[in-house]
Amino acid sequence: MKNFSGKVLFLDRSDINTDEIIPARYLTEISKEALKPYLLEDLNLEELIPGQDVDGKSIIITRANFGCGSSREHAPWALEVNGINLVIAESFARIFRQNMFNCGMMAVELPPETIEHIFTVFGGRETFVETDFKESKFTIKTQGKKEDIFYSISDFDRALVKAGGWLEYADSKY
Amino acid sequence: MGKTIAEKIFDSHRVDSPSEDIHVLNLDAAFCHEITTPIAINNLVSKGKDRVFDPLKIKAVIDHVTPAKDSNTAMQGKILRDWARRHDIKDFFDIGRNGVCHAIFPEKGFVRPGFTIIMGDSHTCTHGAFGAFAAGIGTTDLEVGILKGVCVFHTPVTIKINIAGRMPEGVYAKDVILSIIGRIGVNGATNKIIEFAGPVVDKMDMEERMTLCNMAVEAGATCGICNPDMTTVKYLWEFIKDEYSTKKAALEAFEKYAADSDALYDDVIECDVNNLEPQVTFGYKPDNVKPVKEMEGTPIDQVYIGSCTNGRINDLRVAAKILKGRKISNLVRGIVSPATPKIYSQAMEEGIIKIFMDAGFCVTNPTCGACLGMSNGVLADGEVCASTTNRNFNGRMGKGGMVYLMSPATAAASAIAGHITNSELYKG
Repeated sequence: MKNFSGKVLFLDRSDINTDEIIPARYLTEISKEALKPYLLEDLNLEELIPGQDVDGKSIIITRANFGCGSSREHAPWALEVNGINLVIAESFARIFRQNMFNCGMMAVELPPETIEHIFTVFGGRETFVETDFKESKFTIKTQGKKEDIFYSISDFDRALVKAGGWLEYADSKY
Repeated sequence: MGKTIAEKIFDSHRVDSPSEDIHVLNLDAAFCHEITTPIAINNLVSKGKDRVFDPLKIKAVIDHVTPAKDSNTAMQGKILRDWARRHDIKDFFDIGRNGVCHAIFPEKGFVRPGFTIIMGDSHTCTHGAFGAFAAGIGTTDLEVGILKGVCVFHTPVTIKINIAGRMPEGVYAKDVILSIIGRIGVNGATNKIIEFAGPVVDKMDMEERMTLCNMAVEAGATCGICNPDMTTVKYLWEFIKDEYSTKKAALEAFEKYAADSDALYDDVIECDVNNLEPQVTFGYKPDNVKPVKEMEGTPIDQVYIGSCTNGRINDLRVAAKILKGRKISNLVRGIVSPATPKIYSQAMEEGIIKIFMDAGFCVTNPTCGACLGMSNGVLADGEVCASTTNRNFNGRMGKGGMVYLMSPATAAASAIAGHITNSELYKG
């Protein structure tokens, strides 16, 4: 199973699309590793320096409809090769969400008020998330603050994460 | 209780339901192109699973970057080409016979009512115009589709959009779908299916229905879908005439996939087109939509007519009617990409290509082209394109570029004016 714990990159906007996650001009690459320098290159967010701010981060926390747009699995891959295996958001676009679990990664939804709370308390600070996969629990930490937040994913998504992805799951079953 | 189109298709294709909300469906077709398939092929090869579930149900095309522009894209084409040969995939369309996937596959008769189709391309929702369940998926789903002929989906939840009224002159399917996306938002149909229904849809030809369904994903939808009817039968007739004794018999077979009148919807949205005006996007989201007149005079550098949304013959006819006998502005570069060789050659026979060229357009081969800034027609930083495509995301047509989405009529009129303008100005 992949690592779902580490330092957080906050992206405070809804509807961040796949072209912003990994621009189409890099889709001619035929290895995942080659995508690494281009993650979030076209995302214009105040105070975000894509190449620099991604460094050392393992988790993205963002708002609604993350990953809308194209079907490109290059979006999860660009995250994966940068060591980011977990995105926490209010909601996701369907294909992006499915692609994440298909790769054995996690796209976890939390209620809007919880996301708002996380942004209010932890946004802009150096923040860590520890994921307890067995208990479906995130422990969010920053200096002087610590909170436990429970999440839920379906049994099927859980099985995909455990199996390492959908190909492994499907090939053994169908 | 009645069923929606998608519910009927799910019920006839379900092979497993590993948990309550999850349905594994048999596939009637897996469509492939050279951007998302080569990585799937390489993954399958590296895992010792280089097999295909049924070479007759796999259709492949090189369309995004063709001719190849560099060594990387040449390699993407080669991986797809070699794979198609290796597995005896007969329906593989390489340069000279290739076109934009969501235009060429329907044109070849590969889409039928009741079909389940996947492709590693978000605009796969286009094929729902035929009463099929067609969904964009990622590379891993594609790998499994290619290998096992199955794909997994959540329980289909459907929003019905009833489109009523009389389409005003100069207003097209593109304006209708832009106005709908503007109304429900880019997240308005996420994880849902949009069923397009009502008298306006009933009167639309297949090309117009494809334009509607093509952009369903811009509202987040899994698939846009229309009821199969006699229009569907007539479009497909040359491909199905050996299977059915009469068109009526084909219609009866297809109608079993039409929605029941007592089907249950998540939401029903009424849409009246009587007073609809030509629409255009602004900003970087497809739901940033307003009437063209509110954007009148906005300067543009490039006009692009083409893509899986609006690169079909009727789109070219509409634009040519406006361009005939006129020149595009010196301030504007015009590019038109007929979506398939058939459309290209039809446009030549009808004199449409000449009209475009005389007006000052560059006519490219059939390709996805400028739409996603991967091959030709890329914008420079700060440039603006009036485009008949489907996505205006930041950087879509080139880093720092801006894309305004609109109908072919508005794009043609804007090319002449040199700025965004209503096609009304160039009537007759």
